[in-house]
Amino acid sequence: MNRFVWPLIAVMALLVFLVMGLRHGDPRALPSPFIGKPAPQFELPTLKNPEVTIGTNKMAGNFALVNVWATWCVMCRAEHPFLLELAANKAIPIYGINWRDSRLEAIRWLEDLGDPYLASAYDEDGRVGIDWGVYGAPETFLVDPDGTVVYKHLGPLDPVVWQREFVSRMSGGGQTE
Amino acid sequence: MKRLVAVIATLLLVSSAFAIDDGVRFDDPEMQARYEKLISEVRCLQCQNQSIKDSNVSLAADLRREIARMITEGQTDEDIAEFLVVRYGEFALYSPRKTGKTLILWLVPFLLVLFGGYALMRVLKHRMSLPMDSDTEQ
Repeated sequence: MNRFVWPLIAVMALLVFLVMGLRHGDPRALPSPFIGKPAPQFELPTLKNPEVTIGTNKMAGNFALVNVWATWCVMCRAEHPFLLELAANKAIPIYGINWRDSRLEAIRWLEDLGDPYLASAYDEDGRVGIDWGVYGAPETFLVDPDGTVVYKHLGPLDPVVWQREFVSRMSGGGQTE
Repeated sequence: MKRLVAVIATLLLVSSAFAIDDGVRFDDPEMQARYEKLISEVRCLQCQNQSIKDSNVSLAADLRREIARMITEGQTDEDIAEFLVVRYGEFALYSPRKTGKTLILWLVPFLLVLFGGYALMRVLKHRMSLPMDSDTEQ
């Protein structure tokens, strides 16, 4: 009897890890190394006006969303109505990072579909995207009033994700979990 | 038939030309070698089973460009690994660094072999101490 106990425990432990691995959801979603760290600094021209810049320091003081989007990104189109809804409800200031895109097409996209962003930074060569560890649009970062990244969501935002992952983290008055 | 063989042979010969090449060339062959090695060890996060050397998605191209820039600026391989890990996590490196949390990845296989060897030794010793025909009696 005793000789089977340890192998059994080992197999059970392996099973637990396997099940945990399978239940993990989107295998592309990686833990962001930025959670709990200051949001990466950047300063970029805005999409609509190259003369004006937008950057991390202009977001301080409030919870803010930083949404990485592009016109070539199919899922960005899917989440766009929900971003517009958030903006219409004044739920949270939303800043965009227009990532590796064409300025003209991006402006046309906002004209056609509506513009939920206070401002979009124009990251033409993807340099700021790298600093934020972006690897697949859309990505949405929740930044707290101190400028700390509290959460990052990979893929389109929707009401369920918003309630579960974002609203709960904003009620703590800026405390990171 | 001969012709077919010739065609296949030619294709095999030129197949290395299908690798992604965005024309990064260093004058210094040592830098070129470092570049080739680094980009083959960085995972493409958009297409997770490829290195950025083998992938032509936009992010891979961006990262190749950044790595080339850092090599030109005289940064070390460790600096470049640190740059990537800070932004994308340890997952970005195909060959995890031998420090901190990832050290366990390198140690566990050796520990398992040691542990298995020890267990095997125990079992064998125990068996050797049994009378010769005890197994068959069971």
